[in-house]
Amino acid sequence: MTAWEDSRVPETADLTQDVRDRLKEIWEEKPGLLGWISSVDHKEIGKRYIVTAFALLIVGGIEALIMRLQLAGPERRLLSPEAYDQLFTMHGVTMIFLYASPVLSGFSNYLWPLLLGSRDMAFPRLNALSYWIYLAAAVFLYAGFVVGHGPDDGWFNYVPYASREYNPAFNIDIYALGLILLGISTTVGSANFVVTFLRTRCPGMSINRVPILTWGTLTASVGNILAVPSVSLAFFLLWMDRQFGTHFYDANQGQPLLWQHLFWMFGHPWVYVVVLPAMGMVSDGLPTFCRRPLVGYTPVALATVTTMALGFGVWVHHMFATGLPNLALSFFSGASIAIVIPSAVAVFAWTATIWTGRPRITTPFLFFAGMIVLFVIGGVSGFMTASAPLDWQLTDTYFVVAHLHYVLIGINVFPVVGGLYYWFPKFTGRMLDERLGKWNFWTMFVGFNVAFLPMHLLGVMGMPRRVYTYPQGMGWTATNVVVSLGAVLFAIGVLLLLINVAVSLKRGRIAGDNPWGAPTLEWATTSPPPPYNFAVIPSVASRHPLWEDALGESTARSRIDHGLLLDRGRETIATSPLDAEPNLILEMPADTPAPFLLAVGLTGIFAGAAGHWWWLSGAGGALLVLALLMWFWPRRMHADEPEAEPAHV
Amino acid sequence: MLQPLHNGGAPTGMSPDWPMGFLHTYGPRADPVTGLAWGLSIISIAVVVIVTVLVLTGVLRRAGRGEVAALRPVRGEGGMQWIYIGLALTLVALLGSLVWTVTVLAEVDSPASKPALTIQVTGHQWWWEATYSGDDPSRAFTTANEIHIPVGQPVMVKLTGADVIHSFWIPTLTGKTDAIPGRTNVAWLQADQPGVYRGQCTEYCGQQHAHMAMYVIADPPAAFQAWAAQQRQPAAQPAAPQQVMGEQVFVQQCGACHTVRGTPAGGVVGPDLTHLMSRRTIGAGLLPNTVGALSGWIENPQAMKPGVLMPPTKVAPVQLAALRAYLETLR
Ligand code: HEC
Ligand SMILES: [Cu+2]
Repeated sequence: MTAWEDSRVPETADLTQDVRDRLKEIWEEKPGLLGWISSVDHKEIGKRYIVTAFALLIVGGIEALIMRLQLAGPERRLLSPEAYDQLFTMHGVTMIFLYASPVLSGFSNYLWPLLLGSRDMAFPRLNALSYWIYLAAAVFLYAGFVVGHGPDDGWFNYVPYASREYNPAFNIDIYALGLILLGISTTVGSANFVVTFLRTRCPGMSINRVPILTWGTLTASVGNILAVPSVSLAFFLLWMDRQFGTHFYDANQGQPLLWQHLFWMFGHPWVYVVVLPAMGMVSDGLPTFCRRPLVGYTPVALATVTTMALGFGVWVHHMFATGLPNLALSFFSGASIAIVIPSAVAVFAWTATIWTGRPRITTPFLFFAGMIVLFVIGGVSGFMTASAPLDWQLTDTYFVVAHLHYVLIGINVFPVVGGLYYWFPKFTGRMLDERLGKWNFWTMFVGFNVAFLPMHLLGVMGMPRRVYTYPQGMGWTATNVVVSLGAVLFAIGVLLLLINVAVSLKRGRIAGDNPWGAPTLEWATTSPPPPYNFAVIPSVASRHPLWEDALGESTARSRIDHGLLLDRGRETIATSPLDAEPNLILEMPADTPAPFLLAVGLTGIFAGAAGHWWWLSGAGGALLVLALLMWFWPRRMHADEPEAEPAHV
Repeated sequence: MLQPLHNGGAPTGMSPDWPMGFLHTYGPRADPVTGLAWGLSIISIAVVVIVTVLVLTGVLRRAGRGEVAALRPVRGEGGMQWIYIGLALTLVALLGSLVWTVTVLAEVDSPASKPALTIQVTGHQWWWEATYSGDDPSRAFTTANEIHIPVGQPVMVKLTGADVIHSFWIPTLTGKTDAIPGRTNVAWLQADQPGVYRGQCTEYCGQQHAHMAMYVIADPPAAFQAWAAQQRQPAAQPAAPQQVMGEQVFVQQCGACHTVRGTPAGGVVGPDLTHLMSRRTIGAGLLPNTVGALSGWIENPQAMKPGVLMPPTKVAPVQLAALRAYLETLR
């Protein structure tokens, strides 16, 4: 018998229409704009994240295409150096900060409660807050660019070039403040994932039964909580240097290298933040199409965590050319090479899953399987740059551009698009078109490799990166033409995806609850899921609740149609962190515009700081206080259940 | 004496197609790294090929058609061996690579013999300053964008940045070392064949980062000594009246930024022009140092290198012609 922490002991019940009707009334979002702004439903927020991130992916992609036009020949003058510098900076900022991580937050937000058999994230309002701040930060970061003063020092923003002396305009201030703002969103969201993981899994979902995606996002979230303070501090000090004359990064009284250390202490773990959840998608998706469980669940879960842990000890490999002693070079080379080990675990687990399964070639499967190859290419090029003396040749050339795109597109975009094909039926109730999907995959896959494989060669031929043009006679021209053509082909692939989404939203085949015959809980509810996800709280007896009969691993069975009945308000169940024994009823918050208002207020504070419009900061601060009051205003308990424990926050 | 811009002076065997490629290198600082590059590339390519083949065969071997959901899932056996065997092989490759890496690091750490000379190289937005100081300060001289060294002898390079961070890279002779303001980094290089080796700044440093090249010119020792002796001289006195007028214009218009030793022009914002005409290129490798390019540059460098920190020259055509005539005396 479980010990209930001072809340009522819920009854269990069968899933009936009556329960569904009652829950629908309790959980449904109010109509109208206010209802839309006030929603704290994780599915709604997840979709907003995904849509916003994809919109920004397209913006960043257009920036890339313009740059590829400029680079299609030597000494072209399509773009001024100033325009090119802003474009490559915004391209990096957009893809790394505004697409790669948020899109994964979107998937995780949408999927986590469904995967975990819960009704929402632990802190639904924080979840909404994190989305609104993300949106605000995206607008904020683009504000300078659209008026012609975008940041122009690359996403890495090295000092002293980023100092006021060399960049007197407000462009860098916008970048600095925008990133601090975004950091708040990331931190808030990460804290939410960690608590959700520890506290709101359904009964029976002990931590050795959670899907790998949750391991990925959990690890990424812990990574964020530890890494983001470093970059926020870095940008805050920079802003102080620029606006208040401090000397943190000054060459004479400060230390330019301080910036690089702070930035990469964040920057390298961030790479794992944007790939581990995506790798989790592949680990969870491949088995569905190979019709067998993932090979090596435990090693893969451990590898996920290990990668992140090692990821905190390798930031110096971004700084091999800064003049370090041999001992440091050897150490950080060794640490960076060691990261190959957990990555290899994942690669062999996936390959073994394919080999020992019976693969069905669907579009999501193609994206997941294709990702394995891209992952390995991105991995080995990373391994080469991990070797310090070799990195002296490779760093800051197109070899690194190739490497990082194999990592970011190969290990993030491909799984994400695969994930979209996989979960689209759950999101919308309709399938994406398979024929168009195959075209979509092959165009993207071929286009990607035509664009980025030759870049390795460009690096070896000595073409530096971050150049707005290059001279004739270096032997780079033909390869650059090929790269530009590949980029266009890749863009066509992305366009096919958009077309597929647009068409299938209206005319896609109706999916049903579990169109792929997949094993995990999100497929146990309807497509799309009702606002309350599960009418009764499921209980889980294995890693593959929906495959138990087929696999016959044990006699225990998960229950979907019978479970805890929580219908006296917005409620979900809290369970113990390791074994997931239920021990508390959580009362979940109602929809509220407070997170939206708080985000607006916060943005006001930051915008005021950027323009030195202190009145605006003041107004933003006032709004923020108001929103907080609204947020924390004591809620009236249900008169009939005084014992229900309200979940704070 | 003037060799064509890019690779006419390249050492024998150097790929004329890829002057910046580093798969073939020409000195002991770079050669061990090149071996490592080939080694790690071969391991990497092998890994990619093996995994790709495994994934492809795995998919094609048992791929079936039809509804996914209709196919009953199975428990699946034997997968863990893949991880064990895969990891074992990976570990061997990694360990080997690490040992090789550390060995190469030690090998290229410092030159085998005492360096022949030390050059102080300073990165500027967007050009390179090179000062040859030696033991006797009175024999020091400064030049820009073209660094001469004696063949077969190690040369130390002390690097710093005057404004923002730059990075010194001569792919065929040495990997990158950053030139960081407020700090001095040390690199070394040695060319085993006479020739011209191209290099380029590789740390993003602003608008004209793309046009911040440099050349290392390895001369036989005697030729190097002759070059150095000539560079040490102040500029020759102009003789013709037009040239004398040109010198005056120069001191007025250009002296705040450029130095010509032997004249009142002592600016340090731009390159030392005392022996401008002995250089193959102007604008940090941007243009061949021809009369046409030079006069175009002086009139409006912004048209050739947008954003460059040298303003257009606004003087009467007579003065411009005089200036040009004067510059041509700076041999
Ligand atoms: C405001 C400072 C400034 C003034 C005034 C100035 N220059 Fe320059 N000059 C520079 C800088 C900086 C460079 C380096 C540009 C680069 O390559 O990025 C340069 C480069 C040059 C070069 C090319 C040198 C080389 O080896 O690449 C020549 C020649 C030159 N200047 C001539 C002149 C003449 C002649 C005048 C006067 C009419 C003049 N400059 C006035 C700053 C100045
Ligand atoms: Cu530079």
